[in-house]
Amino acid sequence: MRATTRFAAPVAAAAAAAGALVPTTVLADAIGGAVQKQATNWSAILMFMAFVLFTLGITYWAARRTKSAKDFYAAGGGITGFQNGLAIAGDYMSAASFLGIAGLVYASGFDGLIYSVGWLVGWPIVLFLVAERLRNLGKYTFADVASYRFQQTPIRSLSACGSLATVTFYLIAQMVGAGKLIQLLFGLDYMVAVIIVGVLMIGYVTFGGMLATTWVQIIKAVMLLSGASFMAFMILAKFGFSPEAMFKAAVEAHPKGLAIMSPGALVTDPISAISLGMALMFGTAGLPHILMRFFTVADAKEARKSVFYATGFIGYFYILTFIIGFGAILMILAPDATGAYPFLTAAPAAGAKAVIANVIGGTNMAAIHTAHAVGGDLFYGFISAVAFATILAVVAGLTLAGASAVSHDLYASVFAKGRANEADEIRVSKITTVVIGILSIVLGIAFENQNVAFMVGLAFVIAASANFPILLMSMFWGKMTTRGAVLGGGLGLISAIVLLVLGPTVWKAVLGNPAAIFPYDNPGLFSITLSFVGIWFFSITDNSAQAQKERKDFEAQYIRSQTGLGAEGASAH
Amino acid sequence: MSQSAQRIVNNPKFQELVAKRSAFAWTLSIAMLVIYFGFILLVAFGKSFLGTPIGSGVTTWGIPVGVFTIVSAFILTGIYVHRANGEFDELNRQILEESK
Repeated sequence: MRATTRFAAPVAAAAAAAGALVPTTVLADAIGGAVQKQATNWSAILMFMAFVLFTLGITYWAARRTKSAKDFYAAGGGITGFQNGLAIAGDYMSAASFLGIAGLVYASGFDGLIYSVGWLVGWPIVLFLVAERLRNLGKYTFADVASYRFQQTPIRSLSACGSLATVTFYLIAQMVGAGKLIQLLFGLDYMVAVIIVGVLMIGYVTFGGMLATTWVQIIKAVMLLSGASFMAFMILAKFGFSPEAMFKAAVEAHPKGLAIMSPGALVTDPISAISLGMALMFGTAGLPHILMRFFTVADAKEARKSVFYATGFIGYFYILTFIIGFGAILMILAPDATGAYPFLTAAPAAGAKAVIANVIGGTNMAAIHTAHAVGGDLFYGFISAVAFATILAVVAGLTLAGASAVSHDLYASVFAKGRANEADEIRVSKITTVVIGILSIVLGIAFENQNVAFMVGLAFVIAASANFPILLMSMFWGKMTTRGAVLGGGLGLISAIVLLVLGPTVWKAVLGNPAAIFPYDNPGLFSITLSFVGIWFFSITDNSAQAQKERKDFEAQYIRSQTGLGAEGASAH
Repeated sequence: MSQSAQRIVNNPKFQELVAKRSAFAWTLSIAMLVIYFGFILLVAFGKSFLGTPIGSGVTTWGIPVGVFTIVSAFILTGIYVHRANGEFDELNRQILEESK
């Protein structure tokens, strides 16, 4: 039992970290304990090495094509809508969504579906309100759009802070999750795993820029979708493709019985539910590494198509994880053909039902065991390699977004006032990539035994409270001014961090205080509202000459955002 | 403002495009919000409905409702892309053409 809980913790944390699919409340104290290293998993290591060699080949190819800043930041604008849709889906479908959601379904059934839904519904909003306008107005980063008609220095600085905060918290969670997950799946040392991820990520991004990062993401998305499809197919095939038959067998095997078919205790308080929902929905539309992807396509039409494909892939993937979770119930909690329970630490007593928590490695290993059960040793190795590849790809995308915020927003616009040449800007970007890479290795090691599960929640809330309101209002509201944007966005950024720290996830679970000062796990509802109200209030009360000019300039911006007149095209080669 | 931009503002087709597209985008956004927050409120307050089996099996209403919410996100994006690729892009092309 002791060993089981020790496994459960890190994988749950890894799951939360890598894809943020499980609420921080569930995982509040998930990342605590040490991990026991597993026996070296050679088939997984060989398959992962094949992936690395192949992607390094792509990086070499991409490096030869990456010459201008546009190539480096935006893959020359030559990615198609379909490819970008896959890459976006890749950024979003992490090892975590896969392991976390499947584990949640395995443990509680229907509740897993509630979280998948929350993570998906932000995408249509991105399409309807953001994607095309963003593509028409911007060049490399979302700050290009947010600062379009405003004073560059304050808005770029704030946007860069928002981006870097989002990226840093996300990255720490990813690195810690990666180290623990890889330790568990591959039997490698934590430090070795973190260093491998950091070094490979620096390689992809500095040499191959956005082109390599995009292709790494596409390959990984295809691997993950194929692996998950195969698993769902094999599970359904066992029941003659009848979901009813599958559910029936699951209800019989699961100790909670029929309760797995209805909502459980995970969503009880509507304010928390709505707050989490808002943070997920609007956070998606404010993640810098996702927003950057819209500049890799040729025009607004391709941007639009990429969201359509991404929504399809992500939705399909969540339905697969739901089936896989139910498959896990059957593979783990029901006896196999010989009457044994190969994935449990202890077989149930005669006549009793199996215990959920007895699964070897903890509930978040459910999907991995299922892979083993339906596909044998080789497929188990493949799925482990996919999990590693997934983390690597997500980390590369984040790093590129962070490096762009430093080189394009801070260096080129704020520090050099737009007078920096392209070569210098790219050099700064590459240096920043190396710095972020080393920093994330150091932070990954430093936070090994810390609770970092809340950091993903923090990244989403910051994206939703600081980045998204400025971006949306700058595109839709002609009366916004620099002062309103900076003060409102700043309020959103600060209130998101402060309320999260004062809430139960940090104040109580991390800092060990007896009671939280702020009652809700997710401050989204409050910090997002505060940000919008702040932008509105400090804009309408701003009557400076600068503000008048900014309001007058809205019309030209509006025409470009609507029609694409004067928008960035794809580069010539 | 550039001459092209001035011509665009004065083109009634531009007003038409912006009005139609904005109304469409906001309608679909609200549809998504209603579906999603409806689902969340149903989870919070309508647990017994979601837990009711359909017919005599074990499959509950919660399963089709949850899957519907996921599929509706994809369908709504499909509806938008379909109309935007045809009607809106054509109108936009004409506006840019006439602004030269």
